[in-house]
Amino acid sequence: MSEVQNIAGEQGNFEIKVLQHPRYVDMDKCIACGLCAEKCPKKVINEFDAGLAKRKSIYVKYEQAVPLKYAIDENCIYFKKGKCKACEKFCPSGAINFEDQPKELTINAGAVLIAPGCAVYDPGLYDTYGYKKSPDIVTSLEFERILAATGPFGGHLVRPSDHKEPEKIAWIQCVGSRDMHPGSQPYCSGVCCTYAIKEAIIAKEHQKGKLDTAIFYIDIRTHGKDFERYYNRAQEAGVRFLKSKISSILPSDTGNLRIGYTDKAGMRVEEEFDMVVLSVGFAVSHKALDLAQKLGVEMDQYQHALTSSFNPVRTTKPGIFVCGTFESPKDIPQSVIESSASAAEIEGLLAESRGSMTRTKETPEELDVKGDPPRIGVFVCNCGTNIGGFLDVPDVVEYAKTLPSVVFAEDNLFSCSQDTQEKITQVIKEQNLNRVVVAACTPRTHEPLFQETVLNAGINKYLFEMANIRNQCSWVHSSERGAATEKAKDLVRMAVAKVSLLQPLSDPEIEMNQSALVIGGGLAGITTANNLAQQGYVTHLIEKSDVLGGQALNLYETWQGEDVQKKLAALIKGAESDKNINILTNTQIKEVSGFVGNFQTTVETAGKEQVIEHGVAIIATGAQEFKPDQYLYGEDPRVLTGLELDRKFIDDNLSLNEIHTAVFIQCVGSRIKERPYCSKVCCTHSVKNALKLKELKPAMDVFIIYRDMRTYGLREDLYREARAKGIAFIHYDFDKELAVSKNQNDINVKCTSYVLQREVEIRPDLLVLATPIVPPQENPVASLFKVPVNEDGFFVEAHVKLQPIDFATKGVFVCGLAHSPKPVDEAIAQGLGAGLGQCYCFQNQSTVLQGLSEMHGGLPVSSHQFSGRPRHLRSKPGGLHRLWLMCSSLSHRCGRCFPL
Amino acid sequence: MAEEFNPKIIAFACNWCAYSAADLAGVSRLQYPPNIRIIRVMCSGRINPNFILEAFNLGADGVLVAG
Repeated sequence: MSEVQNIAGEQGNFEIKVLQHPRYVDMDKCIACGLCAEKCPKKVINEFDAGLAKRKSIYVKYEQAVPLKYAIDENCIYFKKGKCKACEKFCPSGAINFEDQPKELTINAGAVLIAPGCAVYDPGLYDTYGYKKSPDIVTSLEFERILAATGPFGGHLVRPSDHKEPEKIAWIQCVGSRDMHPGSQPYCSGVCCTYAIKEAIIAKEHQKGKLDTAIFYIDIRTHGKDFERYYNRAQEAGVRFLKSKISSILPSDTGNLRIGYTDKAGMRVEEEFDMVVLSVGFAVSHKALDLAQKLGVEMDQYQHALTSSFNPVRTTKPGIFVCGTFESPKDIPQSVIESSASAAEIEGLLAESRGSMTRTKETPEELDVKGDPPRIGVFVCNCGTNIGGFLDVPDVVEYAKTLPSVVFAEDNLFSCSQDTQEKITQVIKEQNLNRVVVAACTPRTHEPLFQETVLNAGINKYLFEMANIRNQCSWVHSSERGAATEKAKDLVRMAVAKVSLLQPLSDPEIEMNQSALVIGGGLAGITTANNLAQQGYVTHLIEKSDVLGGQALNLYETWQGEDVQKKLAALIKGAESDKNINILTNTQIKEVSGFVGNFQTTVETAGKEQVIEHGVAIIATGAQEFKPDQYLYGEDPRVLTGLELDRKFIDDNLSLNEIHTAVFIQCVGSRIKERPYCSKVCCTHSVKNALKLKELKPAMDVFIIYRDMRTYGLREDLYREARAKGIAFIHYDFDKELAVSKNQNDINVKCTSYVLQREVEIRPDLLVLATPIVPPQENPVASLFKVPVNEDGFFVEAHVKLQPIDFATKGVFVCGLAHSPKPVDEAIAQGLGAGLGQCYCFQNQSTVLQGLSEMHGGLPVSSHQFSGRPRHLRSKPGGLHRLWLMCSSLSHRCGRCFPL
Repeated sequence: MAEEFNPKIIAFACNWCAYSAADLAGVSRLQYPPNIRIIRVMCSGRINPNFILEAFNLGADGVLVAG
């Protein structure tokens, strides 16, 4: 609820004025019980449900909103008419504050990151789509809400007009994208093909297969990691893909919608659907534009923040960084990668002042209660009426008093409120309690708060237990007061039994090795190393071959026209001259042991072995271009791969000027059964190179034979330019043969054009095969670090959307082609992002390990199953800590390593 | 038949998924019978088969492991 007013200063010292709008709800007091919204009489349109449902004037935007606190909007009856205040009357914690005022804040910062996002295209601007003319023509975002369990129809797929379950749904692609009409965007939004496929698959699941789905498209662009598989899966599930731009959507007499389009045979067809979903693309957000203008960052022709391939998250203004769709259209993983990348850049920029504003928290000395008989206090929360309204809290309190070792029990209106916290601290001291149970909401949200409370009274925080009598009792048995009360008693009894067995535990601190090992000296690996060095971390950069550079050594220009060799040389020079970077070429990994903060990796350089100790590892082992065994490759010197053509450009090879006819064939060896993935870069690469040939010799005939042109995002500009310059694009029928043969000395390329529905034959004197990016066949790094690879041989990240740089194994990260095929800018962004992993792991020289009691449940543990090699243990290097170390660092506190 | 059978059910729920799902059921005010007692574990891998046998031994009619 805040916005930037203005910004002054420069990199290293910005002063930002921020206006915080009033919320009218005290965030410290609001417990998000929802009573205010229930009682509020003012209904308004719910923007989050895309206008398909209503909400109240006091509201939270959506169920998982952070912070989960209510706010009052301008539609409030009290604001309009001067009376109502129903929310204030019913709020159990007195959180409503109608006197709340806007606040002006001044923030001093060394760097600024902007992530203002974008808007979506309004299809109402163009009447072919019929949007708003029928309620059953919805945008893809509206359809997302219709599918959502928390949406306007409770997750039941019905069409808005008559709440009938649809039997046929059509998706229209490129609505507002790849479109030169005023108001639309010429670029490709890059995400709509995959989300339309997702919506079609989910809609089919909703309707248990009784749904017919059709997607009308220009090119299917499932270029993201594993997206091609998803496309194939949709085809197998019966989703129909119709390559056609529709001409009209009109209501029919039957109450359905009639779509007019041209089919494969060139015939005009009309088909009826119950619902139509418009796959709307990204548009410019005026708020974002406004922000960018205040900050003074330059924009590109589409009003996106201007960046470059080698600095993908830097704006034109030093110290101001950008990530997400405001930079260019992109999907979730790429947005997350860029957010890490910009944070890493900022970490590098402000490395000197890292930690300078942190304070050490002081806690009172812990009382030694070991061996003392348990004296347990039980605090039962009413949570306003959330618990007390549905079960008999005083009865639970009385029952608690009868339990063994319980010396004190009482109820509180809100156990989490500040005054109750203080009261609990006081009671612990007065009653000499050595163990505490709070029966309230869920430990998942409130355990840390109460642990802090007992800690403040000098009690070890692991001598605390919660009984979940709200989320898992009063709320779910709200009409069974008697049974709910009995269950609450049981839950309290269970917590008391457990807490009386618990023993105090310490949070050991272990020293973390601050250096990093980067495996692979390609573009991504060098970028990571440079960033880590800038952050001040010693980095070992190891490379299998004798030079740094990786695949980038073979690239001529980025799609934006930057000279790759020049930029790469500068990056390599930077790495070589940085004293924080230890470069080891001709080096391979032999053995790996340890865990986050304490890895020991044995490497071999020219027959000599050494052990590198490091805290984190970044895998940037890359991938390479596939060398085909078809289409005369290797038999005729006029047949090249994409990179081989780049090599000719790099070398300024004059023979290119002799060429009269050039043909590019896309997807050679990819998107096929043996290699069912898309390599993402090849379409743009071929278009770029085709343009280059045209530039060298405008009279040259250049053909690109393709299946789907995947010049995603802003790369669409190149595709448009290529067509304008006379490069011929032939969409070939994949079901019919594409043959390359040699007739005397001529190369003969034969295929069937999808559009013309007839055979085409070209005799080029240059044939370029766009082959996929393939990972190495043998991948020892994967098994040494025990990290997974997918069916195609690329590394598998911890989470495809939200953790695209991390592995599930802590302290090990992935970037570059080793993760998936990607162009230069994305490899650099991921390389930078991997640099963030280091400081994410080790903000300090040591780390506090927490959560022991949760796992061992008070039962004795032994160290005999520990298999790692813990080192640098500062306190109590005993079995218990060692055992837990492995658990915390490698298995995310799962408890699995605790033998019983 | 004397009384209707009302089974005692013990659920072992993983903190990271099933236990939080049970919390979410509460937030969503879904209603279910009050004869289930949930025990939070940090991972379903933490559950020793003996826990399940012990639950039956102590009178549980059903044991649910969710994670």
